[in-house]
Amino acid sequence: MSRPTEPAFSEPWHAQLFALTVHLNESGHFDWPDWAARFSATLARHGLTRDLDGGDDYFVAWLETLEELLAEQGAANPGEAAHMRNAWEAAYLATPHGQPVRLSDAQPHTPD
Amino acid sequence: MPHDHDPDHPHTLLPPEPALRVKALETILTRKGLVDPAALDEIIDTYQNRIGPQNGADVVARAWSDPSFRKALLEDATTVVADLGYYGRQGEHIVVVENTPERHNMVVCTLCSCYPWPLLGIPPGWYKSDAYRARAVREPRKVLAEFGVALSSDTAVRVWDSTAEVRYLVLPMRPAGTDGLDRAALAALVTRDSMIGTGLPQSPS
Repeated sequence: MSRPTEPAFSEPWHAQLFALTVHLNESGHFDWPDWAARFSATLARHGLTRDLDGGDDYFVAWLETLEELLAEQGAANPGEAAHMRNAWEAAYLATPHGQPVRLSDAQPHTPD
Repeated sequence: MPHDHDPDHPHTLLPPEPALRVKALETILTRKGLVDPAALDEIIDTYQNRIGPQNGADVVARAWSDPSFRKALLEDATTVVADLGYYGRQGEHIVVVENTPERHNMVVCTLCSCYPWPLLGIPPGWYKSDAYRARAVREPRKVLAEFGVALSSDTAVRVWDSTAEVRYLVLPMRPAGTDGLDRAALAALVTRDSMIGTGLPQSPS
């Protein structure tokens, strides 16, 4: 076929985020109409200040929606998420170039 | 955050900020047993390699070749495409809208980006843009012209607004000069945009 092949996702994190959301939906953590309503609201809010181009900004809105939903459900609260984000950043900065990045075994303090 | 770009990359390059936040969520949920990383890989593989416009093109080519399939498809697309293995994992209904000389159909999701994933895969960037989402309804002919679709003034344009529950697929008109073509050759003429309504199928060469 002579059709140009565009990658489904332009960034790896778009794909990860998409998969995470679909997986959570499929395992019953939220239903899709609820997700779509929340996501629409985030897009509308972001679109008030500028025109979204449907690329990175689209998935940034998607991420914000998922973070809020998980915080609301208590599955990942903002403090935990920020802590884990910092742990990943530290892991990247501590890993020599070319080696796989792993979180250190010392688990960050997460409230049980 | 202190992160000077050293030309020798003494450490692994930091991924973009949102990527770190996605990794954080994934790690938290995996550690809590809410997410199975293997399932995530499987979903990504499916959407990157197995689901895409070729599925929709297969459906369109069948409809062009088989009048009884076409009739069933227009009556109850959800069931017909599920029988082919193209079913919505989010439980949505699929409705197929047929182009005719009198009416051209075009699909948008004004609120977010609802799209018939099982048939077309992940929507292109422009489908998700504010510009398309707002203008497809307001000035569809102008948008179509920008996509290179010129319609006769006798052809009405109908814009379908997708929702989380109902996703639309356009059944384009079969191009002229395709009488002897088999289903695979027909499917090769069906572009993604022709199934969104922002394009027309290719003509046989």
